[in-house]
Formats: sequence, C-alpha cells, structure tokens
Amino acid sequence: MAHIKVPEGVPGIRSLVMFRPETGRYLYELAQVLLRNESPLTPAERELIATHVSNRNECMFCMNSHAAAARELFGDKREVVDGVIHDIGSAPLTPKMKALLIIAGKVQINGREVKPEDIAEARKHGAADRDIHDTVLIAATFSMFNRYVDGLASLTPTDPKDYEAMGKRMSTLGYVLPKISDTCTKK
Amino acid sequence: MPYIAVEAHLPGITGLLEYRKDSAEPIRDLTQFLLRGPNTLTEGERELIATIVSHNNECRFCSAAHTAATDLLFGESNTAACVKADIETAPVSEKMKALLTIAKQVQQSGKAVTTQAIERARNAGATDVEIHDTVLIAALFCLYNRYVDGLATVTPADSDFYKGLADRIVHHGYTRLPQGYDHLKK
Repeated sequence: MAHIKVPEGVPGIRSLVMFRPETGRYLYELAQVLLRNESPLTPAERELIATHVSNRNECMFCMNSHAAAARELFGDKREVVDGVIHDIGSAPLTPKMKALLIIAGKVQINGREVKPEDIAEARKHGAADRDIHDTVLIAATFSMFNRYVDGLASLTPTDPKDYEAMGKRMSTLGYVLPKISDTCTKK
Repeated sequence: MPYIAVEAHLPGITGLLEYRKDSAEPIRDLTQFLLRGPNTLTEGERELIATIVSHNNECRFCSAAHTAATDLLFGESNTAACVKADIETAPVSEKMKALLTIAKQVQQSGKAVTTQAIERARNAGATDVEIHDTVLIAALFCLYNRYVDGLATVTPADSDFYKGLADRIVHHGYTRLPQGYDHLKK
C-alpha cells in the first residue's frame, strides 16, 4: 500500500500525479520534452536510457513500463531492450549507444562518477554535446522519477500485460497527464 | 571544465538550464511550485530538504547554494549547519526531523524509505501532502545534483557567489530571469 492516500488501483506515477496534479503537470511535461521532443537521440534510444537507469535503481514500475515503450518504439529491433536489461556488454548496441548507456549508469550512482574518459569514449563514437547532455539529464530525471515512485510505495502491477498496454500508450500518445475522472476506469 | 560547451559566465546549474531551455522550463516551474508555492512547510524548511539531499550527494555547488538560501530565509546559519551534521540534535521541530530523515532515505534510494520513518512523520503531525512534497523535493534534488556534477559544471570557490545566488533564489525564485543572464557577464 502506498505511504499516502492516492487513488486506489492506479499504478505507479499515475497515482502520484493524480494525488498532486499541481506538480504532476510539470513532471509529465518534463518526460514528454526529454523523451519525445527534438533530440539527436531517437525516442527509442531515450526510452532505453530510462529503462537502464530504472533497472539499476530496481524501480520495477518504471523499468517495466519504459522497457515496454522502448520495445514498441524499436519494433523489429526490440531484442536490444532485453539485451540492455540483461547486460550492456553483450547487448546488440552501437558503440555510441553503449558509451552513452555507460555514462547513464554512472549518473545513476552519482554525478561525480562520470569521468572525462567516459565522455571521451562517447565522443570517439560520434556523440556530440547534445547527445551527452540529453543522456545525463534523462539519467538524472529517472533518478528522480524512480525515487518518487518507490519512495511513496506506489502500486507496482505484476502482470506483464499491464505494462504492454502502458508501452503502447506511451509510444503512441506520449506523456499525457491523467484526468482525475480516470480513477475508476484505469487499472 | 564542463563536459559540454555552456556559457562561461554561468557556473553550476544556470549554464545547463540556459543550454537547453525547453527542458529547463518544466524543471524550473516544478522547483518554483515545490519550494516557493503555497505550502504548510515554510520556504526555509523546504530549502533545508534541498540542502540535506545535496549535501549527502556531495554536490558542492547545490549544497553551497541551498545552504546559503536556507541561511538567508532563517536569518541565521546555525540551523542548516546543524542539520548537515546531525538531524537528531539539530534545532528543528520533531516533524522536521522526521521529514528530513525521509529525505535522507530518498537520497539513498526510493526503496530505502521505511514505514517507520513515515509513521514517525505522521505521529509528529505531518500531512500526506507534506510527506509527498518532502519525497518529491528530495527526488528533485537527486536530479539536480546529478545534472550539475554529471556534466562537471564549474563550482565557484568564492562564498560571495553563493550569497548572490541565494539572494536571487529567495527574492526572485526559480523561474528564468525575464531579462536573461547576460548582465552577469563581467
């Protein structure tokens, strides 16, 4: 049970933003800007960063929902998602994405873990300032989301089908603030 | 030197927020609402949460900036210094001790927050919204601290810099200055 009185039966961050829409609107806006607005990284690649950080933080709600969104967005290349969840070293990644995911993993520990050689490795494989900036900010943002979702003990569904539905919604509609009236209809 | 090209006259977070403005806007608006919006926790108490998280993440820029803001709001520098040293003996209310303990747990991991810590806050009179906002402020500063240090932004050594910054975030707030930041160029 969640630590505070959120709408019953609503999972994860959705229940929290319905509890406090005044902050929820900015959280959803930030997710939409970072994961869907213009960036040198594709939405699929950005969802992969979100998945990797959430996995390292053991935030099962965020990990499963963003993995589902990433699978939808990668289409027939979706096996990369489970590859990253299992082991970055052996996942079918471009050298650039691998270097960026290593940076994201260090941001998950602490910003100070990111070293000049990590940045140099990413640049060697074609990462420019914006790739590096967006990677760090997405990783930092999920360090926030993961803590928010688990820190208040929000509901984490266990049925994989629930996440498939979320992934479809996130990959098509993006991040849209749920309406309070959705409480009774959304599982 | 920062890992990406940010404006040299804007150390710490400001250069990053100016580097990418479309992502800066919701971050700024969220911070303005959480730390300056209507709330039963005072602005000083909310800055104290930002301070303890930044201190424990060893983010020197954010820790110095929010310590300075807390000091300005409290009108003394003892409270923030004591909270950073030891929450339990610091001169704050039992409710604030409980909320700061929750913030410290969030700094480690969302999963580190204990039912006992939540119960303690509730027994000391904390409301659901206060517990929610404490967790979200703590989580937000885990974002800021990683953004600032993950891109190796400049941390000024001069304490006057942080007094100036505190003056801005206390008297103007967290939204972008309407005139931008070019006037800070030396």
